[in-house]
Order: sequence, then C-alpha cells, then structure tokens
Amino acid sequence: MTPLVLSLRRRPDQRLDLSPLVPHRLAGKNAAEIGAIALQTTRTPVTVADVFGLRMGDVAHIRIEGACDRLDQVGQGMSDGEITVDGDVGAQAGRQMSGGRLTILGHAGPWAGSAVTGGTIEIQRSAGDFLGGPFAGETVGMRGGVILVRGGAGDRVGDRMRRGTIVVEGPCGAYAGSRMIAGTLVLLRRTGALPGYLMKRGTIVLGGGSEALSPTFMDCGIHQLIALRLLSDFVGAYSRRAAACLRAPLRRYAGDMAVLGKGEIFVGTRG
Amino acid sequence: MRPLAVKGIRIDDTFAEAFGMRATALVITADNARWARQAAVTMTGFATSVIGCGCEAGIDRELSRKETPDGRPGVRVLLFAVSTSELQKQLQARVGQCVLTSPGSACYAGLAGEDALRLGNALRYFGDGWQISKRLGDKHYWRLPVMDGEFVCEGTTGLTKAAVGGGNLLIMGRTADATRLAAETAAAAIAAVPDAIMPFPGGIARSGSKVGSKYKGVMASTNDAYCPTLRGAVKTGLDDDIGAVLEIVIDGLTADAVAAAMRAGLAALVRLGSKRGAVRIGAGNYGGKLGPHHFHLRDLLP
Repeated sequence: MTPLVLSLRRRPDQRLDLSPLVPHRLAGKNAAEIGAIALQTTRTPVTVADVFGLRMGDVAHIRIEGACDRLDQVGQGMSDGEITVDGDVGAQAGRQMSGGRLTILGHAGPWAGSAVTGGTIEIQRSAGDFLGGPFAGETVGMRGGVILVRGGAGDRVGDRMRRGTIVVEGPCGAYAGSRMIAGTLVLLRRTGALPGYLMKRGTIVLGGGSEALSPTFMDCGIHQLIALRLLSDFVGAYSRRAAACLRAPLRRYAGDMAVLGKGEIFVGTRG
Repeated sequence: MRPLAVKGIRIDDTFAEAFGMRATALVITADNARWARQAAVTMTGFATSVIGCGCEAGIDRELSRKETPDGRPGVRVLLFAVSTSELQKQLQARVGQCVLTSPGSACYAGLAGEDALRLGNALRYFGDGWQISKRLGDKHYWRLPVMDGEFVCEGTTGLTKAAVGGGNLLIMGRTADATRLAAETAAAAIAAVPDAIMPFPGGIARSGSKVGSKYKGVMASTNDAYCPTLRGAVKTGLDDDIGAVLEIVIDGLTADAVAAAMRAGLAALVRLGSKRGAVRIGAGNYGGKLGPHHFHLRDLLP
C-alpha cells in the first residue's frame, strides 16, 4: 500500500517532537487532522502542515523525507506498522517503542531506541550516546526487540539493558553495556574503554576487542558455544557480519566481578 | 469374525481400540548423529507402557543439520502419558537424567502448541545460579554450565491433548522366525511415518496382555488366547497354522498419524506376503467400550 509521506520543507527553527506521528496515533485521521497536529517544543506553535508537505497514504506505513537532526522522538511509543526516515533524526528516536519497524537511513542522535520493549529499529549510519539506554532516573533500559546500527555508536550502548538484542556493525564508544541487567550486545568493531562496566548479567560480544577491558572481568578461556550458534542464526537475519563473527571461537570473560559477576564478554580471538 | 484375505493373508474383521493421551515432542541434538541418537535412545528407554513406565516414548525420526535449531544432527523424540502432570514429571526426569548428562547434547521444543510443558524452565536449577537465560525473538533458551561446556535447553515445549495411544497390529505367522521377519518389516515401514512411534523394543511386543488376572492386584496378565503353547488348553484365538504372534503398538500425535502408521504396517505385511511373513493379521480391542478411537483393519488395507 502507498505510504503516508511527510516531506520536510526546510530545516525547522526549533526542535520538533515527532512522537504524535506514529501509526497507531494517526489511525483514522484524515489529511487535515494530521496536518493540524502540533509538533513544537517551544512556545511558538508549529503544526505538521507548517513544516511538512503531506501526501496521504496508509498511516501504517509512514515515510519521512528530507529529515534532519532537529526531528526528535521519531517513532516514540510506536506499537505497530512501519516508519522509514530518509535522512537524520535527533534524540530519542524509537524511544519506548513496543512493536513495528523503524528504519532511519541517516544518523540518529542520543537515546535512540531508549527503553524499547519490542519491535525492530535499524539505523543505517551512526547512533549517538545511550543507544537503547534509559533516561536519568529510569531503572531499566531496553527490554526487548532488536536494534541494528550499520555505522558506529556513541558511549554507553545498551546502558541498563534488561532484554533484547543490539547489533552495532561500526565502532562504539566507552562503557558499552554499562550496568547491563541482561540481554545481548553484539559490537563488531573495536569499542572504547571498559565495556560491561558494572554489568550484572547479559552477554556482550566484541568482534574487534576494546581499548581496555576492566580487570574485574575474568578470563574463562576460548569456547565455541551452541548458544552463540543460536545467537548467530538469530542475528543473521539482521547482520550477516554479526552472524559470521559469532561462528568463530571466542574468548569468554566473566564479570563484572565488581558487582554480581554473572555477565559475560566474548572477545574475538583474532581481534 | 469373518476373515478377509489379501494376497493369502487372512485379515480379521476387527479394529484396534485406542485412547486419548497427552503428548509432547523434543528435538535432541549433539555434535554428531551417534550422540544425538544415544541421548534419544537413553531418554526413551524403559518407556514401553504407561502402566509400568509412567510414559510411552520413542524416536520419531532422525533430523539432518538443516532441520535442527542449532545446525547439528538431531533426533525427534515423542513422549506420551495419560495426564499432563505425569507427562511433565516424566519429561523433566528423563531429560534431566538422560539428555542433560549426554556429551554435547542440546534439547529443544519439538512441538508447537497452545499448551506448554516446562523443559529448561524446570531444569535450569541444575545450573546452581550460573544458568543463563537467553531470549532470541520468540524463543527462550536456558544455558547451563556443564563439564564439557554448556547444555542449551529451550524453556518450554508444546503439549498436545489430541494424541492417541494404543493403535496396534497383531501379526500372526507359521513360525517364530517368519512372524519376527513380518513384524520387523512392518515396524520398519511404520518408523517412516511422521508423528508416530512404536514404544516397545524395536517397535515389537511379544507379551501381549489382557486386562486382569487370576491373581489379586495384578492389573494385566498374559493374553492366553493368543499364546500358541496354550492353544489346546484355553479358549484360543489362534488357528492351527499359527505358531507365533507378535504385536506392534503405535502412539501418534493425532488419530490420523496412528491410522497412517497402521496403514503403512499393513501395506508392508501384504507386500512381504504370506509365504515369508504373516498368514493372519488381527488387532487388539476391549469390545469398543473403553477407547474412543477405533481403527478398523478393513479400512486401512492397501
């Protein structure tokens, strides 16, 4: 079916909150009603019709064209359907998403996929800090679903992650998987210092190693585990490179012994 | 009973009487087919009859690398019991004692169903706190550290309440050798039918039973009417030319699977012919009043 297309006319003067533009909140609305939705984040009112050219279509499939980093909260709270963004997005893309698919063809800002519980987010270029992570004061980050980043990501990928899978094909910043509770992080290229900082449980795979591994992670030797084969098959649907990385023998480190110590970091033996 | 005859084999105009059961299926994998089979054989040992073993179990079929969740050789195993609670108990005990312990094994759900039985969710405590839960999409696995690495086990497996147990064929031949050859031939044909197992040794039972006994407290005793050595002493069901009888008992995930298995067995017996194999084929029943499923031999003939 033809998607609903929103074409950004020009870079907006203020940051915009695009959280109302998700399939389940647009269901049953006509073009005029969608055009009247307020998106401003300052006291100056801005509606959809003010900044976007609107081409009506199936609201379950939304396409945002000419996007830029001033568009925040794209796909926030999305529960079903599909959003494709041609361009970059600002902060909190796909935050608290519970289902559906969000595809960002450009870069994403910080807190992309923050505290998602389901669905799939694919970012074709890079993501900012706190990918999948919670806001300050929230106790749990990502709780389900899949986040795939083709480029790199900033610091603290998967902070306080509880469940779900994050795959980052490019390099990542420091403290990847910080305070992880459970879940799976697959980071194909070299990460910054101290991955798994204070992680309790969960799995981090570092295809390209890290700048520095905390001494609170204990070497458990090189293994080729069946569980990683299952993980390889699962992530293979999203990233063939990640699938290949998980098929190789990997060195297992148990930690973070500074806390519970039941997490694990797998490091490529060739990295 | 008016006997039919197909290619010289007399077919009793009777039926197998079968019962509703609870069943589940597992996929057991290992580093190679030998060890997958070993785990499955061990797990399905001493599971010939619910009366004495708690469940009836057997190997449904061997699986290629492409058919298993972890890409290793595997075996699909079926378990049948009379109640969900007994099936859960048997599943847990058998996987815990026979699959978990087998080198390189992993264990997955072999059946999708609305109802579920606890598999890894029950066995995870063996990990003593080091067990790891892994959710990948809609699948949930437990990883238990063991001495050769990890035992991976899916959290639950499906349960079906539409299973049928007690499909059977009574194979009668002139000699013990001919009867055994006929039964082996039928069992080999039935083994190829999906979703059905034959729980007795090699798929064949030689000690068919009747309900009750002259002894107090004994639930079942030898089927004297089909014992050739008692032909002159009891009200026998055997003709003069029959020197041995063997039985194949069949459990299936559905009534259709049991019917398909009996059909395959009958076809194989007919193909073998009366000169080398069976001279008469019958089926066991209790008059039709106990079991809701009746599989008439007449309807299943090739």
